Parts: sequence; structure tokens; C-alpha cells
Amino acid sequence: MTGNHGAAAEEARAGFRADGLDARLVVERGTRPGGGAAFRLDVTLTVAPGEVVALLGPNGAGKTTALRALAGLMPLTEGHLRLDGVALERTPPESRPVGVVFQDYLLFPHLTALDNVAFGPRCQGASKAAARAQAAAWLDRLGLAAHADAKPRKLSGGQAQRVALARALATHPRLLLLDEPLAALDARTRLEVRAQLRRHLADFEAVAVLVTHDPLDAMVLADRLVVVEEGRIVQEGSPSDIARHPRTDYIAQLVGLNLYRGKADGHTVRLDTGPLLTTTEALTGPVYVAFPPNAVTLHRDRPTGSSARNLWRCEVGGLETHGDQIRAVLTGELPLVADLTTVAAAELDLYPGAEVWAAVKATQTHAYPV
Amino acid sequence: MTPTDKAGAAPGTLRDGRRLRIRTGDGRGVPLPLLLPALAGLAFLLVPLAGLLVRTPWHSLPGLLAGAQVWQALQLSLICATAATAVSLVVGVPLAWLLARVEFPGRGLVRALVTLPLVLPPVVGGVALLMALGRNGIVGQWLDSWFGITLPFTTAGVVVAEAFVALPFLVISVEGTLRAADPRYEEAAATLGASRFTAFRRVTLPLIAPGIAAGAVLAWARALGEFGATITFAGNFPGRTQTMPLAVYLALQSDPEAAIALSLVLLAVSIAVLAALRDRWVAAG
Repeated sequence: MTGNHGAAAEEARAGFRADGLDARLVVERGTRPGGGAAFRLDVTLTVAPGEVVALLGPNGAGKTTALRALAGLMPLTEGHLRLDGVALERTPPESRPVGVVFQDYLLFPHLTALDNVAFGPRCQGASKAAARAQAAAWLDRLGLAAHADAKPRKLSGGQAQRVALARALATHPRLLLLDEPLAALDARTRLEVRAQLRRHLADFEAVAVLVTHDPLDAMVLADRLVVVEEGRIVQEGSPSDIARHPRTDYIAQLVGLNLYRGKADGHTVRLDTGPLLTTTEALTGPVYVAFPPNAVTLHRDRPTGSSARNLWRCEVGGLETHGDQIRAVLTGELPLVADLTTVAAAELDLYPGAEVWAAVKATQTHAYPV
Repeated sequence: MTPTDKAGAAPGTLRDGRRLRIRTGDGRGVPLPLLLPALAGLAFLLVPLAGLLVRTPWHSLPGLLAGAQVWQALQLSLICATAATAVSLVVGVPLAWLLARVEFPGRGLVRALVTLPLVLPPVVGGVALLMALGRNGIVGQWLDSWFGITLPFTTAGVVVAEAFVALPFLVISVEGTLRAADPRYEEAAATLGASRFTAFRRVTLPLIAPGIAAGAVLAWARALGEFGATITFAGNFPGRTQTMPLAVYLALQSDPEAAIALSLVLLAVSIAVLAALRDRWVAAG
């Protein structure tokens, strides 16, 4: 049985068929005595070779579970997992043509960077010298030749990340998995490593799936986003599509939009929560309406003769700095988030509890069918 | 969930802090009901050692230690303790791995059984070994009739008796280290194509090496001092099964000065072991 799987994995590794990843991952976890709630992950993923897909979602959404299921570190309750046409759901992790870059890299602390990278080829049967030669080539390719003899604790976060990537790539995986690849890095390193990682992922010819809760990482690194919430896929699409047409509060918040759901009748949308909204698009039926926080203007007194037809009476719930702007979280008729300049905030004399009028021009809103 | 969280969960740290606070006391005195028993306890532990040193016949010591029997016993002790440690390592590390990494029904019971020799009086262990491996024992009779192997009252029997009492120390120490070690390194190895055994050999074993070393020293020290199981199972034959503790006991009956000299040697070995372990346990204070 193991031999069969080994052969299957071998075949997959050799890439006889190049039709990428086709999986339905169902993982169930009952309530645990320790207090963990019951959880069910059910996601369907199809990814073409050369494509980079990001699983994006809040903590606890099941992204990492999906990744572990793909790697074989967690058994599927049901579903299937085919990679390049080969069924892998019963294949143990060591026989899957899958490479993983773990969140905190998990570089073996007792081995040098070179031996970490050579570990995979060694396990695949290469001689020590051949494995090391391959590892050296990978390190060289990732610009780490100078650090080949360094132990992981001597490496910076960015270097460790690249060693982890080299280690995963050195096994020639047909599926590369990256778990929060940039989460362990500080902000400055992150910028640089993100750009490098994007290049390496673009070069990678097989399937790449990465997991992240950072929308920027997802949008920069991936060709396609799959948004997972509570174990289910809530939205899928290109980064720009998702950024423009969020379908859940979580995504709207991620991409920084005010998002509402309602019923459209021409240019007017009756929101599910009550208020009316005038939009540019003329639609009928259930729709989403979104507008960015900087499209909102605030007034202490009801504006007269304003061209804005969307006007609501709100109360300031909270204020925070957001870049070089002030972000006001408003409650009331229509809960929304507004961005304004520091000067404007001072002139308006905003403070939590202050009453304001919020106006949004119809041209700044964007409505799209559910 | 980071490796440092797990590996660095040194129980000593918290205790360190707490002890330090008591010691500095913030200007408050230590209550007598605590101080007096504490000092009595300390004296209770130290006075016998002081007695040993005070009563040591330092002038005749070289002569006493020069006797061939002393070195024979010491040599036998060192060889047997080392062999028992080797046996413990060969079977104990895999046993610890099984207990730490594999979930199987009755694991708790197995762990309890493994620790049983820790609390079992060694003499009882010796009797049990006789019943199992003695010439008429449930296993021993087959060893004798099939392979002609006799364990009781042989040097090999000493090793068996010592391994029996030392093994639990090693298993517990290694299992603790394994539990503290991040199992995700093994997962990482698996995603790189390593079988479970390869992952154990090339990743886990090097990572837990310090814990194995500490467990081995502990097991070795326990084996070196073994008396009850050894004398019951292996007897007391000079040159063959008479280890240092047995020699000390025997000498005490006939030549107390010799007993003191022998004890001093064992004390020196014990202190050397303690010194070797100071980073791990002694310094935790």
C-alpha cells in the first residue's frame, strides 16, 4: 500500500500530468474536553500549476487546518485531494510531493542552513554530497550563499524565511504551502521579503497555496484570493475584484470599505437595517453597497443645500489615528467609518459622543448585486 | 506556540523569582516556625556527611584504598553502572518516545508501570527479578535451557538489577524532554520526506540530546548506588557481583575504617556527578 503511494507520489513529482490541485477538504473536530468548540472545515480548492492562491481569513477560520490537511499533517474527515491527477488523501506527508514553509519556519536548530536545505534531498535518496550540492545551489539562488554554514539562530528573520523557502523548494514539490510566510517578520524586513517572495513565487511552476490574515500580503503575493470564514469559503476572486466588491464585513474591514447589504430599486437602495442610500448604479434586487471612509464628509450642523443626498445623523463612537489621518468610527442611523484630516477633525471639535452629520455623495458609492 | 515558549518553560524560573523574594525578604524576618525546621532539615542532611569526613582515617586512607578489593569493587561498579546505563538508553529512549509521541489505549497505565520501580523497594525488585529471570523463573528457565544463559549471581545479573532500577529515571527524564520539545519539527521533517524513524533519528534525537544526557547521568548515578536489587538478584561475590555499595556494607561488619574509606570514594563520585549536573538542577536554586 505504501509502495503504491510512493509510486503515485513519484509519478506526481515527475509531473506526468500537469493539471494542478483539485481538492475538497473536510476536517471535523468535535468539542474537546479542554473547551475547544466543535469545528468543521469544508473548502473546495482548485488551483492551476503556476497559480498562487491565498487563503485569507481571520484567526480561527480554519486556514491553517486546510494547509495542514493539504500537507497530510491532519487527516481529512471526507473529501478528496488530487494533485496533478494523483489522489493523495491517504498518502502520508513524507510521500506527498508537497513542500511547506511554516509560520515560524521550523528550521532544524542543530543543522546549518545548508544542511537544513539538504535535508529534503537526503530523504529523497540523494547522496550526502549530491544533496549538499543541490542545497548550495538553492541557497545561491535565494541569495544566501554567504550564510550556508550559519545555524538558524544566527540568521535574521528574512534570511531564515528564505532558508525555509529554499528547504521547501529543494524537494521539488508540486504543491508549495506557505503558512503566514511574513507574519514572523518585523515591518521593515517584511516589505523587502514580501517583494522577494513575490518574485520567487512567480518563478515557481507548480501550485502554490499560502495562508495569511494580512490582506496586503495576500494581494501582493497571490493571483487569486480565497476568503475563509468559520471554515467555509465566503468569497473567491482576484485581489482587485475582492478589494472592490467585498461580500462580508470581514473583507470590507480588511480592504477598508464601509459595506452594507440592501434591496435596490433603481438608484435607491433600502438597506437591511432601514436607512436609504442613493447610488450611481441603477440595480434591482439584493445588492451590496460599499464606499471608502474618505468619501464621507462630516458636519456638526445639518448641511443646507448640500449636493449629497446621502445624509445621516450619527454619533462619534471613537477616534483613532490612521496614517496621517483621523479615523472616526460613527454609530447611529448608519454605522460607518469616516476618514478626515487632523485639521478637519480639530475644526469640527470631534470627541467621542459628539453628534455629527455624515454625508456621502452618490458618485462615491458603489453598488453590486449579491 | 513558539519553540521558545515550549522549550523555555523552565519551571525553575518562577521558582527562582519566588525564592529570591523570600531571601531578600523585603526587610521582613523569616518566621521561626519555618526557620527552625528548615535548619534542622539542613543539619539532618549535612551532619552525616560531616561525620563521614570527620571520622575518616586520613592517615591510613591511602593504605585502605590501595587494597586490590577496593579497586576491584570500584571497577565493577563503574563497569556495571555504565553497562546498565547503556541498556537503559537502548530501550529507554524508544520507550520514552512511545510514551510521549504515540497515543495508544492504556498509555497512562503503561506510564505508571514504568515508574513503578521508582517507588518499589529495590529488594522487592530483586526478588521479582529472581522470579522472572532466575534459573526457575518464568523467563529464566527458557534462557537457561535454550541458550544456556544464567543471569542470577553473575556480573550480567548485576547489570540487569541496576538497569531495572535505573531505567525509570531515564525514561521519565527523556519523556519530559520530549514533551517539552516542539513536535512540529517532526512534522517539518515529514513534509521534507522523512519517515517517522528518520525524523526521530535526524531531528528529534539531536534536539533532545541534552535531556538524554541528563537522564543518562541520573540513571548512571542510580545504578552506581544500587544495593537492594543487586544483592538479592546477583549476590555478593567479590570480583564478580560485589559492587561498591555492597563492599561498603560488608566492610562495615568487619572493618569500619575500610567502610568509611569506601564510602568516601562513593561520595566523591556522587559529588562529581552533581557537579556535572549543576547547570540542570543544582543551579535551579
